[in-house]
Amino acid sequence: MNINLTLIGQSITFIIFILFCMKYVWPMLLNVMQEREKKIADGLDAAEMADKDLELAKQKATQQLREAKEQAAALIEQANKRAGQIIDEAKDQARAEGERLKAAAQAEIEQNANRAKEELRGKVAALALVGAEKVLQASIDKKAHNELLDKLAADL
Amino acid sequence: MASEGQTSTEYIQHHLQNLTYGKLPAGYTRYDGTVLEQSTWTMAHSSQEATDMGFMAVHLDTLGWSIGLGLIFCFLFSRAAKKATVGVPRGFQSFVELLVDFVNNTVKDIFHHKNAMIAPMALTIFVWVFLMNLMDLVPVDWLPLTAATIAGDPHFFFKVVPTTDPNATLGMAFTVFAFMIFFSIQQKGLLGFVKELTLHPFHAGKWYIDIILIPINLILETVSLIAKPISLGLRLFGNLYAGEMIFILIALMFSAGLVLGLFGGVLQWAWAVFHVLVITLQAFVFMVLTTVYMAMAYDIEEEH
Repeated sequence: MNINLTLIGQSITFIIFILFCMKYVWPMLLNVMQEREKKIADGLDAAEMADKDLELAKQKATQQLREAKEQAAALIEQANKRAGQIIDEAKDQARAEGERLKAAAQAEIEQNANRAKEELRGKVAALALVGAEKVLQASIDKKAHNELLDKLAADL
Repeated sequence: MASEGQTSTEYIQHHLQNLTYGKLPAGYTRYDGTVLEQSTWTMAHSSQEATDMGFMAVHLDTLGWSIGLGLIFCFLFSRAAKKATVGVPRGFQSFVELLVDFVNNTVKDIFHHKNAMIAPMALTIFVWVFLMNLMDLVPVDWLPLTAATIAGDPHFFFKVVPTTDPNATLGMAFTVFAFMIFFSIQQKGLLGFVKELTLHPFHAGKWYIDIILIPINLILETVSLIAKPISLGLRLFGNLYAGEMIFILIALMFSAGLVLGLFGGVLQWAWAVFHVLVITLQAFVFMVLTTVYMAMAYDIEEEH
């Protein structure tokens, strides 16, 4: 355990190693570590930003969905209304058509009845004439009594 | 293991002797009886010769191992630094970064000024001292016996733990001390440094009392200043020397029969496990204290 030149040798060695470490080891490693730290921080920031974007997009999507739903509901309501309208219109049309058909049928019936009445009247007149001839047993001047007969037929 | 013809005392002494290369004075009687005609640089063949060499001697084993381990540190770390990528760190790089981060945080906590040297110095100290301490965990006889076999000399001295040599620890401590004085003067100026030594801790504010207080302050501050490197160096040396000593004592049991040998094996294992803690802690303490001393050199003492 003698103190000797080893002391100085060790000191010099120590200083050389410190200088080496200072020059070739420490700065590189620290740089790399700091760079990585920055990179990680940037990455985390980016992730946060992406999260925010995602949140915004979600909100937007929800809003759009809601709007679309509202629109669809409005459309459906409109369509329902329109359908009701169409049905009502169709009903009205059908009613009108039925009415018209009914009126036409009635008119025809009336016509037919009138025609039948005319015919009947004519025949009654003839019959009355024949009956009167027979009653009177004499020939009656048709012309003279036609007016009377027509009046009779119109009264029937 | 104590070989035949070697007493326990000789075994221990042999283990505690460094491989010394130094200058023997003229007229010195060597271990084999020859007398030197003129002063010669040579290997010491006994503890006595090593002692007689005085200051002009070098512990080859201490320097060799410490330089070798330092080179391993430099090689591994500079390679890791060169290969380091900003991407995901893998394998050795993540280990190195873990260490760098740990040292960086420790230094940042203690040292609040700007100096590009403090943190690398702390890393160097931590890893280098740890590696030197780690040699303590290699069973005490492996490397010395290997070296003796290679050298062909059964009495070849070989001490593998540089930090059990006070030259190594004090050498580092005095270097730290020199940096401390240097930064202190650089930051506060020579006058500021002298003021710190003389007007502190006792300070009256009146010049005629201050003059009386100066010698007292000077003695107190000088003692505390000198105590710093010595305690720094001796703390590391003492811890490791004691640990090494216990390993050597345990190793003595291996030659004392099967039962004691087995018991010694268990003891050695237990002590080594405990020592893992000690060597790490001592490396850490050396690093932290160095940083603290540097911070003290930078900090301007608050007025009392």
